[in-house]
Amino acid sequence: MSTFYFIAFLSIFFSILVITAKNPVHSILYLILTFFTFTIHYILMNAQFLAVVNFIVYMGAILVLFLYTLMLINLNKESEPRKSNLVKIAGFIGGACFLITIVAALKAFTVSQPVLLSNPNLGLVKNLGKILFNEFLLPFEVSSVLLLSAMVGAVLLATKDPKTA
Amino acid sequence: METLTKTMQGVPLNHYTLLCAIIFSIGVIGVLIRRNAIVIFMSVELMLNSVNLLLTAFSVYRGDATGQVFVFFVMALAAAEVAVGLAIIVMIYRNTNSVDINVLNRLKW
Repeated sequence: MSTFYFIAFLSIFFSILVITAKNPVHSILYLILTFFTFTIHYILMNAQFLAVVNFIVYMGAILVLFLYTLMLINLNKESEPRKSNLVKIAGFIGGACFLITIVAALKAFTVSQPVLLSNPNLGLVKNLGKILFNEFLLPFEVSSVLLLSAMVGAVLLATKDPKTA
Repeated sequence: METLTKTMQGVPLNHYTLLCAIIFSIGVIGVLIRRNAIVIFMSVELMLNSVNLLLTAFSVYRGDATGQVFVFFVMALAAAEVAVGLAIIVMIYRNTNSVDINVLNRLKW
């Protein structure tokens, strides 16, 4: 139980560092650490499939894509002008109001039940694969079309226009 | 694995909701206070991930695997979104030579 609170503390700590780090490369490295703590959360809930997918897709693919983009556009530290303090305070207050609203709504609940894993093989690859390819076969295929169209769109957008180049 | 999941017995569902709400708010604050387009994009990723974690927690709580399938679809969507979004950012950088979002005010009147 204390494992959860320790990992939760690490998640919050690293996600705060993500948005406060001045150098974007440091931001990305902290984001990798945040996603690693999320993977640990998934393992603690015995959602093994999601843990593996989170590890491979988020930490392996998406964040490497971020790092490559940063490398391509070669940001140096001074290139980001800071927002004025007024805008920062306003943004912080806005986010805090949002958080307070959710926490207040949560207070309206009675004491919540603990999260108990009733079925130990709920999040295993075998069980999820059966559900994915029986009930959710059509959405699964549609998501493959979505990924294909995203790939075509990304290549189209990122390649240089031969007329202007 | 058995002992790991044993340690989880007894964390209230409210605490999961609280953790995900805090991380989602951090993402919202990040979108509001930063000017670098890539950092804003990363804050959006943070929000998506906190929602994923909450969906998984509820899925385990209810003993229903549908929530975890939904998280899988959200991850596929996030991958597509990141590919297109970063391509757009690269294109913006090529046109304006910066990723500062305050430069992109041409739709303002």
